[in-house]
This record gives sequence, structure tokens and C-alpha cells, in this order.
Amino acid sequence: MRLDEKYLNGLLIAGLLALPLWALVMDQPFTITLVTRAVILALAAVGLNIILGIGGMVSFGHAVFFGIGGYAMGILAYHAQTYTALDLGFFTTDGTKSMPVIWLMAMVTSGIVAFFIGLLSLRTSGVYFIMITLAFGQMFFYFAISWAQYGGEDGLSIYVRNDFPGLNTLMPIQFYAICFTLLCAVLFLFARLQASPFGLALNAARQTATRVETVGLNPMRLKLLAFVLSGAVTGLAGALFADLNRFVSPTMFSWQLSGELIVLIIIGGVGRLMGPVIGACVFVALEHFLGDLTEFWHVYLGVILLCIVLFGRGGLIGLLTGKEGAHV
Amino acid sequence: MSLLQIENLTATYGVSQALFGVDLEMTQGEVTALMGRNGMGKSTTVKAICRMIRSEGTLTLDGQDLHDLPSHKVARKGVGLVPEGRRCFADLTVRENLIAAARPGNWTLRRITELFPRLGERQEQRAASLSGGEQQMLAIGRALMTNPRLLILDEATEGLAPIVRQEIWAALHRLKQETNVAILLIDKSLKELATVSDRAVILERGRTVWSGAMAELSHDITEKYVGV
Repeated sequence: MRLDEKYLNGLLIAGLLALPLWALVMDQPFTITLVTRAVILALAAVGLNIILGIGGMVSFGHAVFFGIGGYAMGILAYHAQTYTALDLGFFTTDGTKSMPVIWLMAMVTSGIVAFFIGLLSLRTSGVYFIMITLAFGQMFFYFAISWAQYGGEDGLSIYVRNDFPGLNTLMPIQFYAICFTLLCAVLFLFARLQASPFGLALNAARQTATRVETVGLNPMRLKLLAFVLSGAVTGLAGALFADLNRFVSPTMFSWQLSGELIVLIIIGGVGRLMGPVIGACVFVALEHFLGDLTEFWHVYLGVILLCIVLFGRGGLIGLLTGKEGAHV
Repeated sequence: MSLLQIENLTATYGVSQALFGVDLEMTQGEVTALMGRNGMGKSTTVKAICRMIRSEGTLTLDGQDLHDLPSHKVARKGVGLVPEGRRCFADLTVRENLIAAARPGNWTLRRITELFPRLGERQEQRAASLSGGEQQMLAIGRALMTNPRLLILDEATEGLAPIVRQEIWAALHRLKQETNVAILLIDKSLKELATVSDRAVILERGRTVWSGAMAELSHDITEKYVGV
């Protein structure tokens, strides 16, 4: 049976609403935390899907933005909770425990870093682009390891989750509601972006940069803007992830995490609106259920990835809808 | 005042020189046929105008030196290119191809589908699934959506069925009659070029060897330089 992609997307959203509510009724807070983790990873992957799915740019260093978002949260919350000043040289602050402010800082910082990384790395393409983004990822990873002020290799723990006006964020369902709402908002923006003239031009630039230039569009500018947007969304996910765990560490910058974000998208379907969501759900489910059975659960993930790459190029959404490509 | 001014244009592909002195002048609303045998520099001249290869000499649009501009800025200045081999954005639908190229001006999606009704019927179809003729119409439509002042068509009817070629030539006649866009045409059909073009420029081994009004183009000249 082939499903219409719109109905499938609706079913996925309904599932993400129903499962935590069921877990709440059944008093299973850990399940809510699991789904929250899936939603945050999905959010990060939606960010990557902007450049990978629409723009065809395979960034192997997107954990940079996830880590920056995490450290933005960690540093601001650490200073607010320890009542110490954060001296940036040109500006001194006491930090903050407010989630919206932290999100804004995470997105702005990630966006600025994405601008400079993009400015350099988008001059290359193919395997060189993959390698240069990986190199940036490793630079940030080793910098975080050596950053003793914020825990170095051990990372940085935060005592309590940050605040959101009107909600008790320590309640798993309420924190989940925040993450789910943000995911829905970003999915809506992704859908609008993909269908917008900018998204179409970015898609066209993926197919051929030369032809895009003949219609008056600058492919470098298109890709750079997409890279910045993508970095900002992934940075937001990083801030939420750090708040979920109340912990931030250099592993948020690791190349393994960059690879996992790519894997999530490939499992779900590259360029598909809900591809990263279904990919993240499958990833977290495998991690949890197979992780209980064996520590080598990645082997099974690898087998699934192999099957999808070989037999289902449109990812799980492609298999379920019978449409291989996002545009078919 | 001329819209496009080319004088003594030379161009190279790496170390190989392809153009040795092309002269071409176009005014607004004029249709010019760029003629010559295969390999004489017609497509290279187009690439030089669109800044897709390095060139030297005078190359101005409305008095502005195009050598200073990258390819996308030349397009923004008003040069619309329908490249050889159609080259639509294969993964996008007809409508998406047109929207992606759209710039402010008189040409809209509705006007394009009026010019090419077939495109209107296939708006939600992927470009890759269109026939060759429809892809060519889409390539012309996409170039028009940039609202050009100069439209360049490089072998726009090559390899198409006669009935589709007639549709495209009819559209070009409409463009000439109903708009003020200048058109630079490269095509193998001398008969059709003669009916729509005001002027002709003939290239031989990367040089302009003849230019003048289409009405003045004699059989001797075409036989000598074009081979028909």
C-alpha cells in the first residue's frame, strides 16, 4: 500500500503528539525524554536538510553548530547559576537562565560562525567541501577539549534546566511541548523555504551552478544564505539538546555526530520535509531498544543504512510513498 | 544608441584562442541572426557575451563594459540566455523552473503560458519528463522570466520535430511583434532566420566577415560562408 506523503507527514506529527501523552498517562517519563531526544535530533537534522536536501551540500561538520548551540546554553546558564560574570572583553554579562534568550544567542552565534565557515568552504565542492567542513568540525572539537574554563574534555554540567515563561521546564512533558512546538515551527519554515523562489533557486543551483548564473542568480550567495540558516537551526537544536541533558561536552562537536545527522536524513529521505523526523525516531528507537541488547547496535543501524542506500534511495518516506525523490 | 556593442572581441579556452575579432552591434527591439559554419565561434561569442569565458575587446551593454561583471550580473543587466541543449532544471517542475528564474518586470508565469500553452498544461510536471520541444519552450520561458532586454537563443530549434520548430518560430515572431526585446539568434535554418531577422552577422574562423541587413544577404555570401 502506498501512502500519500501529506497523510504520512500528518500521521508522524500525530504520533509525536500521541506518544508523549500516552507516556504521561502511563507515568513513563523516560519515554517522554526519549521522544524529546528524537525531536531535538530531528530539529538538528531539519537544519542540515536545508543544505543537504535542497542545496545538495554534504556538510560533514554540522556538529560545529550543534556544539555552538550547546555551549551557548552551557556558558550562559553556567554564569547565571554560579553568579559569576561572563567577560567578553567588549561586553560583560551575568549570563541568563531564560530559554528564549539562550536560543537567540545560540542561533545568532551559530549563524555568524556558519557565515565564516561557509564563506571559505563553499568555494569548494564535492569531496573537498566534505573535507573542509570536517576539518572545521575537528578544529572546534579540539578547541572545546582544551577549553578548561568550561570543563575541557569533561564538559560542563548545569544544575537545573533553564526557564521558559509560564512553564515548568523540569517537567518532561512541558519541556517536550517546547521542543515539539519548535520542531513544528521549523518544519513549517522548511516547507515554505523549499517552495519559495529562494528554495527553488537553491535547488536549481544544486543541479547546476552555471545555469543558475545565466538566469541572474549568484549560486555562492544562495548557498551561503542557506548555510547560515542551516547553521542557526542546528544551533537551536544544540541549545535544546544541552538543556535536555543539562550537560554540554566536546562530543557535541564530534564528527560522529555530524555523521549521525547525515544518517538520520538518509534513513528518512533526503530533501523530504519529514525525512529527518522519521530518521531521528528510527535512530533513537534503535539506540534505545538495540542498545539494551548489545553495545554494538550501530552494526544493525549500518545494515539498515546499507539497505536504504542500495534499495530505497528515497529513504523510509520514499519506500512508504513509492516516490524515490522529493520532487518525483 | 546601440544596446549591445562588440568590437574586435577575442576569446580563449585556456591556451586555445577561439575568437580573433568579432564585431557585432544590436539595437533595442532588433532581431539579429548570428551565422556561420560549425566551429566558427558563434556559441563562443554567446559565452563571451554572458561572461562564461575570458574575452578581450569591446563588449558593452547599454554602454557598460560587461568585462567588469560576473556571469550572473550580466544576466541581471538584461541578457537572457537560452543555452544550446535546453538545459532546464530537471528536478524542478515547469512552474518551479519559471519561478526560480523570475525577476521583476512584464514577463509573468501567465504571459509565458500564453506564449507557450503547452507549458501551461504541464505546469506541475517535472522538466525532466517533458519532450525535447517542451523543454526548449521551457528554456525560452525561463529566460523570458528574467525580463531580459537582450534574448540570446543558441540553436533553439536543433533536433526538434518540424511541428515543434514551427511553434517556436511562431513564438519568436510574436516576441518580435509584441515586445521590444532584442533577440540574437543562432540557428541552422536559414529560411526561418531570414523571415524573422532584421540583420545578420556572419562569423568565419572566429572573425566577423559580413554584417548587414538581412535583406542584403545574398545567396553568394551564404554559400561562401554558411554553406547553403
